[in-house]
Amino acid sequence: MSILTYISKRLAQAIPVLLIISLFAFSIIHLVPGDPVHVMLGSHASEESIATLRNQLGLDKPLTTQYVEFLTKAIGLDFGSSLFLRAPVGPIVVERAKNSASLLIYAVIVSLSIAVPLAMLAAVRRNRLPDHLVRIFTTVAFAMPAFWTALLLVLIFSLRLKLFPTSGLGQGFPDRILSLTLPAITVGFYLAPVLLRSLRASLTETLSAEFVEAARARGLSEGRVLFKHVLRNSLIAMITVLGVNIGFLISGAVVVENVFAIPGLGSLMVSSVISRDYPVVVALILVFGVAVVFVNLLVDLSYAVLDPRIRL
Amino acid sequence: MTSPDLDRGHIPSSAWKRLQNRALSDRRWSAYTLWAGIVIILLISVISFGAPLFGFTEPNQTDLLNTLAPPSWEHPFGTDDLGRDVLTRVVYAGRVDLTFGIITTYVSLFIGLFIGALAGYFGGLFDTIVMRLVDLVISFPFIVLILAIAAIVGPGLTGAYIGVLVVSWALYARLTRGEMLAMREKQYIMNAQTLGYSTWRIIFIHSIPNLLRSNLVFSMSDIVLNILTLAALSYLGLGVAPPTAEWGEIIAQGQKHLFTAWWISTLPGLIIVLVGVGFSLVGDGLADRLGEHGGGA
Repeated sequence: MSILTYISKRLAQAIPVLLIISLFAFSIIHLVPGDPVHVMLGSHASEESIATLRNQLGLDKPLTTQYVEFLTKAIGLDFGSSLFLRAPVGPIVVERAKNSASLLIYAVIVSLSIAVPLAMLAAVRRNRLPDHLVRIFTTVAFAMPAFWTALLLVLIFSLRLKLFPTSGLGQGFPDRILSLTLPAITVGFYLAPVLLRSLRASLTETLSAEFVEAARARGLSEGRVLFKHVLRNSLIAMITVLGVNIGFLISGAVVVENVFAIPGLGSLMVSSVISRDYPVVVALILVFGVAVVFVNLLVDLSYAVLDPRIRL
Repeated sequence: MTSPDLDRGHIPSSAWKRLQNRALSDRRWSAYTLWAGIVIILLISVISFGAPLFGFTEPNQTDLLNTLAPPSWEHPFGTDDLGRDVLTRVVYAGRVDLTFGIITTYVSLFIGLFIGALAGYFGGLFDTIVMRLVDLVISFPFIVLILAIAAIVGPGLTGAYIGVLVVSWALYARLTRGEMLAMREKQYIMNAQTLGYSTWRIIFIHSIPNLLRSNLVFSMSDIVLNILTLAALSYLGLGVAPPTAEWGEIIAQGQKHLFTAWWISTLPGLIIVLVGVGFSLVGDGLADRLGEHGGGA
């Protein structure tokens, strides 16, 4: 199978998933007990403004028409207007998605630089002291609430040592990196124990594989065996582990964005849920859903590139 | 405990002795982790549910002459901006959080176990649809899904319960379904089929008890996750609302005094970590005992 057929096949498989996500996002406003328009405008709204909003949201049309309109508009990134920000949702989401994406990428880098060396250490010294220490680290880190870790970091590095800003995003690239550092460390630290567990298992398995024995038998140095043969073969495992945990990663980022007041999708999601700004909530569910589907697609494609056997 | 009875083969006796000792100390180690975990969880549960017996009287007792007092013998975790004793609030919060963790985990375990067993046993279209749904729920960021539920139901403890239940059955369903697929081919299930037992009897009497094991191991880390989720929701202002004491709520309330009164937000976190470590230790110990390894996440 050529790589192009593989890509188109995977894309076709993603369509039903995207449809289910869109159906869920669409139904949110209809699942609200009582009248969503009343909930959004509060009890003091006039009949006139209620009717206007209902018309604006298209709630006076038949359900199927509403859904088809919703889908066609969503494809064009038209999610209607936010009630509280008094602006179209599309551009706001795009702007904030950039901030969230920078945080996520930074956090993945931090997380891998914690998890990969520790997993290697644990796998190589299996059931010895280093492995036990790594296990203790994993257990403790897994139990730490992300928002609490964030506050500890703020207390030490922002308030006492004054190395990083406590919240917000600065202007310009160096400032942004500086203000994203503590959030990225928090999210990275949140994800690390989950990555570590799976990576340790897969590295342990690779270490007992025959080709490792063969490499050792040929007299290669232990470092060369480890870094050239074992680590390279664990690359696929690493990508899988990241792909599987993308939802966990985003969940961590949603909470952490709120601690550090980063204008990203997560903080927008929370404020919109609190203010009952349904057009924004609906748009964000779609965006998160599409992001997850897209990342999973990328993960699968990277397998196909890294390991030609998978394309068969 | 007797030493493992294995074929020694040609292993020299000195090496064999070493191997035996290693195996024995591993067994002992796993017994320690299991019991350490049980002791931690029992201790915290007993103190929090029996709070008045241990001198923790009223979590919302204010003392305006004694606000933001640092940790002392009288107030080991200090007091907050209303002069409430932080440790007392943490102890009472344990009731809300532990109850939430255990109920959400075991209700979703049984839902997932049931759905997964049916999907694995029957296969076919039902299996395909269920597993597609499971994949979707698992890959979706759970916080976003729970926030969406909160947007529907409204913020509060009920929304948190519904949200976590909607999300966390899926991992159990996937785990159970995989094991059911393997179990379906086992001799004793085939025997039961040959004997003409009803499908329900085979699933409920012969399969589910065996499927429980790995689910129980996994449920320990799930309790931790669910408690952390409730704390996060309350921290975000969408879970338990003040003045009800809840771990995330206490930490959120203390955040504005982080610089002047660090103890309000930091010390309660230690209890969350302790509870999380306790459940994880029980999970690890059970996994070693039952010879099972819980799923990732």
